[in-house]
Amino acid sequence: MELLSDLALGFATAASPANLLFCLIGVILGTLIGVLPGIGATATIAMLLPITFQLEPVSSLIMLSGIYYGAQYGGSTTAILINMPGESSSAVTAIDGYQMARAGKAGTALAVAALGSFFAGSVATLLVAIFAPLLTVIALKFGAAEYFSLMVLGLVSAIALAHGSVPKALAMVTLGLLLGLVGTDIYTGTPRFTMDLPEFADGLNFVALAVGLFGIAEILRNLEGDQDRTVIGASLSGLWPSREDLGRMVGPMVRGTAIGSVLGILPGGGAVLAAFASYTVEKKMSKTPEAFGKGAVEGVAGPESANNAGAQTSFIPLLTLGIPANPVMALMIGAMIIQGIVPGPNVATEQPALFWGIIASMWIGNLMLIVLNLPMIGLWVKLLKVPYKVLFPIIMAFCSIGVYSVNSNTFDLFAVAAFGLLGYVLLKLRCEPAPLLLGFVLGPMLEENLRRAMILGRGDPSVFVTRPISLVLLLLAVAVLAVVLLPQVRRKRDEVFVEEG
Amino acid sequence: MEGKRIDKADAIAGGLFVLFGILFGLQALNLDLGTALRMGPGYFPLILSGLLVLFGLVILGGAVQSDGEPIGRLAWRGMLFILPAPIVFGLTVRGAGFVPAVFLAAFTAALASRRMSLLQAVLLAVAVTIFSTLVFSYALSLPFRRFGPWLPF
Repeated sequence: MELLSDLALGFATAASPANLLFCLIGVILGTLIGVLPGIGATATIAMLLPITFQLEPVSSLIMLSGIYYGAQYGGSTTAILINMPGESSSAVTAIDGYQMARAGKAGTALAVAALGSFFAGSVATLLVAIFAPLLTVIALKFGAAEYFSLMVLGLVSAIALAHGSVPKALAMVTLGLLLGLVGTDIYTGTPRFTMDLPEFADGLNFVALAVGLFGIAEILRNLEGDQDRTVIGASLSGLWPSREDLGRMVGPMVRGTAIGSVLGILPGGGAVLAAFASYTVEKKMSKTPEAFGKGAVEGVAGPESANNAGAQTSFIPLLTLGIPANPVMALMIGAMIIQGIVPGPNVATEQPALFWGIIASMWIGNLMLIVLNLPMIGLWVKLLKVPYKVLFPIIMAFCSIGVYSVNSNTFDLFAVAAFGLLGYVLLKLRCEPAPLLLGFVLGPMLEENLRRAMILGRGDPSVFVTRPISLVLLLLAVAVLAVVLLPQVRRKRDEVFVEEG
Repeated sequence: MEGKRIDKADAIAGGLFVLFGILFGLQALNLDLGTALRMGPGYFPLILSGLLVLFGLVILGGAVQSDGEPIGRLAWRGMLFILPAPIVFGLTVRGAGFVPAVFLAAFTAALASRRMSLLQAVLLAVAVTIFSTLVFSYALSLPFRRFGPWLPF
């Protein structure tokens, strides 16, 4: 079995003492920052991104994956304990998880979330290992036109799944694409939008953009209230779910994993959708739907499994096509590019140790998460009690050090402040930053493939609709956009997001 | 006519996008556009700028005759102290060195909360500085000068 030998190579890479250590550090750091209320996985990764750049490419990506799982789990912890989901994908967890916590079952809720995540993570890792190589074969047949159409589909789906108004998300994607084009044009060497600043010649700094837009803007938003939070003083005794709770979580966990695995592959943030879909399914299937919203174990187990499975399978488009399915994956692509790896189908064949190492480290990361976090939940709760006024100066200092350590360039620090301001203004205007980041990462790739496709098609734009795969992808994009703009769907979508908020 | 209803946040957002679109578009016009076959550096950006202006106008249009939630309070004090923190770090890290730069950045950021007294801010900044120096400079041995040429020692 080739799969087995590949996986063995992956585990050999991921389980080297150094990489295990980095995975461990990543999981701990990710959880640590992720439990800070209001700071979701994307902001956490953006802030921790710079510290991984000192490492070897494999170690750095393994550590980043660790941070990702940790941050996600941290987000669920705050969702359950203080009803403050850091990321929209754990918003569903907050509905029943917080009610369980209020009923004195905080420990059970956290354990159910952890167990569900671990199960989903294990299954989804296996799926990634099976399907990623298959997709790679297909991806190698992709030409410029197909890549272009696929990216258009990805961007459109990102818009469909963003919060708030569709025109705003469209505008944010477009602005992101434009910002991504700042720098020297690769074909002609002409500087574009650089305002004659030499610092802009290589493009805007990705880390500065991500840290400013997500990290600093979040801190500013949290400072608006400038007051202390109340943490549920629930006792954490009885961490282990009772036999009855365990029995009730099996079904939702399996179904959630299935839903999450499928939806996670979709470009544009399938994990959020997966969590909602799973919650709806569980509520429909339950014999006691009235218990939902009042602390139903199923309402925690299903969505948590779904969002973790989705988080995992969203690595598939990243590893095979080099196209990010969500902002976190966009950060991963940024990290890969900085490490000198060109994301895409060639990674699997040219750097099998890296490819399989990342896949194996996903499972190891999930295992560490459960081994570490179940005993450490008490500690995380204590951390929640640390006043925010102490935390954000620490975060700001680390952000500054981190951004500076990437290129030792002081200009990047000024850029962080500028992007922080931009991000905060956009947040206040109810414009979600995620589509902008996706656009920023895809901008150069989109343009390059457009230009290449036009040259190959001899200047005839019909090349995008005469090639079958490209046509299908574009039609899908049109369909997604049409569906989102339909009045009924729009109302339904608004309802979903209102429920969440 | 009872005063015009307008969603302020949407109106500002729309206007901002139109402005960005025009700014990018004007610069793109100065670049070689090329042809559809051989696109020049200005071709794609010009299309995007046009789209951005279009989306901005749609948002502006939607803002009229609709009530939105108010923008809400702004974190003025936060902006005043948080945003300068990385700038202060950037201005001092070369000259004064890593240790003073971290201290100043943490101290500046700490002032952003009015619940923080001056003494607490200093103590916190000192703690952050010691921790960061140990972790980043000694343990991870990042190539920063701990004290720079501005300082006499």
